[in-house]
Amino acid sequence: MQQSNTYVIVFSLILTVILGGLLSGVSQGLAPAQKKAVDLDTKKQILGAIPEEKAALEDMTGEEILSRYDEVIKSVVADYQGNIVDTNEKGEPMVAENVSIEKNYKKSPEERLYPLFEYTKAGGEAFIIPTYGAGLWDAIWGFVALDTDLKTVIGVSFDHKAETPGLGARITSDDVQARYAKKVLYNESDEFVSITMVKGENNPESKLGPNKVDGMAGATLTAIGVNNMLENYLGYYQNYFDKHVKGSAMSMNVESIQK
Amino acid sequence: MSTETVEQVEASPIVKESEGLLSKRRKKFVTDPLIDDNPITIQVLGICSALAVTTQMKPTLVMALSVIFVMIFSNLTISLMRNTIPKRVRIIVQLAVVATLVTLVNEVLKAYAFDMYKQLSVFVGLIITNCIIMGRLEAFALGNKPYDSVLDGLGSGLGYSWIILAVAFFREIWGSGKVFGYPVFDAIGFDSFAANGLMVSPVGAFMVLGIIIWIQRTKTGYVEQ
Repeated sequence: MQQSNTYVIVFSLILTVILGGLLSGVSQGLAPAQKKAVDLDTKKQILGAIPEEKAALEDMTGEEILSRYDEVIKSVVADYQGNIVDTNEKGEPMVAENVSIEKNYKKSPEERLYPLFEYTKAGGEAFIIPTYGAGLWDAIWGFVALDTDLKTVIGVSFDHKAETPGLGARITSDDVQARYAKKVLYNESDEFVSITMVKGENNPESKLGPNKVDGMAGATLTAIGVNNMLENYLGYYQNYFDKHVKGSAMSMNVESIQK
Repeated sequence: MSTETVEQVEASPIVKESEGLLSKRRKKFVTDPLIDDNPITIQVLGICSALAVTTQMKPTLVMALSVIFVMIFSNLTISLMRNTIPKRVRIIVQLAVVATLVTLVNEVLKAYAFDMYKQLSVFVGLIITNCIIMGRLEAFALGNKPYDSVLDGLGSGLGYSWIILAVAFFREIWGSGKVFGYPVFDAIGFDSFAANGLMVSPVGAFMVLGIIIWIQRTKTGYVEQ
């Protein structure tokens, strides 16, 4: 049976309207739940940068994680110069959790917004810095928790979009992330050197020292991505730290970081 | 669509009023795709996702459920519309229906199973291009009644699911020593287990799948024409 052109066109139009309507309805209806899921996921990753919090996250429900987050995390947003940004371009109050690191990554470093999460708990304090960069195949990102001396890493949480499972994707595993704990961002002469993941695996700790971590066999390119990401983002935050945390005494360091 | 799928158009016998909900003929819709006419091992469709998502059991299960859902409802929808769909645009109509269902699955996963959504995201979207679905729509749903089409969708979905779950089982247990994320080797006290990295890469899936097809064809005596 061959239908007329009018029939085909009318049929297609009706189908499009029905399916389109259905999809937009569902998308609208699920939007709050999706936003909550994204929010929870971000907060989980931020808390996950602190090793002891990460251990507790496993057994917590979504609600518990959110209330724990509100309890221990205070967030600010700074610009490249280290000045605090209170409002977004629409004039609404700035929420650090909603600042998309991915979108900001596409701008030049000077124009980006830099959210920072301050972790405070009885007997512990830390600054959690978001990082973002390119792995081997696609984006990688993570959060790095720094001790109050701004030099020692307490813990990290990394995630990735499409690194090779079993190779580069291992940056999400606990044993790789644990390698960053207690490592130091500055060398003996107090210059910012970031933390580098070396090539090859099972290097003895004595060979690595405080500025290097053991590598992942077969995933050197992902490791290079992680190294660049850490060096860039930890560097970007030095302005803020100089202005608001350390006082202005150490601003000479910034010159060397920015090369 | 490949010619293979077209061959399966069965000249369905005239359905009597009194036919049971699960008559012998209808049971065959569900049971045939499990072994004798399995979408993956016999028709060799849907291989892409069978290779891609099967590194672990859990995402594989979610993928399997998603495919079953999309199969059943796309078969149902197309079958309900089969007499009104203009022949000249039927493939586009099928695509639109499948794409809508897949997007629904994707949105629901994003809202209620975000971790799964992150793991599967791309592959859920790629259900649209899963040849099994388009193959069944074209070969079955366009010419059969809604209820039969639902059974057919369920059968093909299950046939696809048990194969990818079997592949995922072997890949996860060899590749990371776990089943559904549970470390079985640690649990039985065998802690010198060395994970096989090959199983985690798609190459491992090719091997496991090949062995499953081999075993199956040895048993059924199926030979490709």
